[in-house]
Amino acid sequence: MNNAEVVIKAQNIGIGYAKSKHNNILYNNLSFNLYRGELVCLIGANGAGKSTLLRTISASQPAQGGDILFEDQSISSLSEKELSQRLGLVLTDKTSAGGLLVKELIELGRYPYTGFFGQLSENDKSIVQKAMEDVGIAHKANSYIAELSDGERQKAMIAKALSQECPVVLLDEPTAFLDIESRIEIMNLLHNLAMYQNKTILLSTHDIDMALLLADRLWLLSREKGLTTGVTEDIVLSGTLDDFFKRDNVVFDRYTGNFLPRRANNRKVYLKADGILHHWTKNILERNGFSLTKDLNDAIFRIEVQSSEQVIVEYNTIKIEISSYEQLASFLRKHKTL
Amino acid sequence: MSKGFTYSVLFVISIFILFVLSLFLGSVSIPSQAVFQILQGNEVEKQAWTYIILESRLPQAITALFTGGAIAVSGLLLQTAFRNPLADAGILGISSGANMGVAIVILLIGNSFGSVNGFNLSYSMTIVFGAFIGAAIILAIIMGFASIIKNNVMLLIIGIMVGYLTSSIISILKFWSTSEDAYSFMIWGMGDFSGVSKEQLPFYCIVVCVSLLLSILLIKPLNALLLGERYAANLGVNIKFIRFLLLLCAGLITAITCAFCGPIAFIGLAVPHIARLILGTSNHKSLLPITILIGSAMALLCNLICVLPGASGVLPLNAITPIFGAPVIIYVILNQKKIQYFH
Repeated sequence: MNNAEVVIKAQNIGIGYAKSKHNNILYNNLSFNLYRGELVCLIGANGAGKSTLLRTISASQPAQGGDILFEDQSISSLSEKELSQRLGLVLTDKTSAGGLLVKELIELGRYPYTGFFGQLSENDKSIVQKAMEDVGIAHKANSYIAELSDGERQKAMIAKALSQECPVVLLDEPTAFLDIESRIEIMNLLHNLAMYQNKTILLSTHDIDMALLLADRLWLLSREKGLTTGVTEDIVLSGTLDDFFKRDNVVFDRYTGNFLPRRANNRKVYLKADGILHHWTKNILERNGFSLTKDLNDAIFRIEVQSSEQVIVEYNTIKIEISSYEQLASFLRKHKTL
Repeated sequence: MSKGFTYSVLFVISIFILFVLSLFLGSVSIPSQAVFQILQGNEVEKQAWTYIILESRLPQAITALFTGGAIAVSGLLLQTAFRNPLADAGILGISSGANMGVAIVILLIGNSFGSVNGFNLSYSMTIVFGAFIGAAIILAIIMGFASIIKNNVMLLIIGIMVGYLTSSIISILKFWSTSEDAYSFMIWGMGDFSGVSKEQLPFYCIVVCVSLLLSILLIKPLNALLLGERYAANLGVNIKFIRFLLLLCAGLITAITCAFCGPIAFIGLAVPHIARLILGTSNHKSLLPITILIGSAMALLCNLICVLPGASGVLPLNAITPIFGAPVIIYVILNQKKIQYFH
């Protein structure tokens, strides 16, 4: 059962370029719904067609068969102006807007609403101001775009999309070139916009860990399996995600939501430690080719961590006391082939 | 906006001073007393002076005023449209296209419309039409290339190649044409602000004004185009229509100025940079008007320097414009890391 309101609906659409010489149709029967107030992350390998799908939804390129409906209206029947008031875009395209002030860039978002010379009304100005405050860039209003960091630029572009007053915002890899703090900040910002301003946000990303934390819904796109959509937790618990990223040397840990390198750890260790010490001791053990066991008889040796400065290792009746992880690391390395 | 306003006032005053100086200075020395008298419509001792002021210096100054503003704007339009700070009608081969159009009209259709020196509206219009078709075709070709070639420098090189191609077509046409036609074409192709006679001036100014009005229509979409075509389209810009308007506007400016004054180098390339640097903005709302004013001032100044040698003759215009233009471009390239509008 799903009571959420559908904003964009597509049934059996094809995406790609129909060329006379060779057909370059990526998919020919994609169906999906975008619901109001949801943050949706589109995930897929490079070349899966994420950007093409986003371009098709934003009517930048035509669907090859089938129709995309925006609140029951075909997007191909909407004028440029109507579309610009419904769908805001944030792209990875390089701009030459460095010589504009942040404020001026965000004012461009009012383009569909203003008259011949783009003169702003008081209402337009307050919308621009609010957009800047919502993304947290208001303090840079009078800086040049050229002076912003990559993260701030992305915020300015998001504010531009907000000042377009669109119910739907599409973002093509908005966190691609950002450092880790900015990634978290931008994703959290988008999450808040969906949650508190009821915006529908669809973004493509490679940050699966962030997507698992913040996305209301995941769209998985692959050339082999097509488009799979679902609420994040459904996708995880049903094992769809494990299948989706099936690689020989990558495993998905359903408990933590992390993708991990597959390790051939057949040397077992019994670990006695609590909380954070358990976590990081397990980390160093696994990195060095050991895995944990609960059965003392299986274990090659037994490690007891009392504090990060007091580690006791027992094997073959020998007992070693270790006072740092540095020492533990060299011990483990020495016994790699144990 | 206040910054834009201050500079507007400043440039209007300089234009006024340069314009007046253009009337007082020339290769023939005329006492300023006499110039005042002539401008007030009074008789002076030498009839030739009246002729020089009213039939030569005045139309030439007005031509410089309009031409400078127009080609500076065409440079700005092309730089924004191609998102290429080194674009202008000369480098992209559009001026050569206009020249080729003029060559085809003069050399193929011939001089059957009447004399070159007198004013014949239908002949002038045919020339301008030919120049416009030539300029528009090259501009459309460059736009086509721009959608395939994303590298800015490569696009400029394509423009230079297209320029060479059209030049060789002109040379071939000249080779097969009669010597009278080739001479007429040479007269057209000399290139300076004296190319517009008093009789042709109203027609010239009207066409330039129409294209400047067209450019004002483009201010809002040009700002959106700074973000790139996909962002602009998402803001509701009708890209195809705007491309058509750009083609019309830049084509018309290049056509009319090339047809009457010949290809004038560097004003279209350098003036938009001067405007952006002093205003500190890429916002066309203030950039475009200031570009017009600086273009006019620059053209008047160059025109004035051309006549400085006095009795020993007039310097060619294209010998002076690079002295101002080239250092600006070199400065811009050297400092591009520090200049905001490059990022």
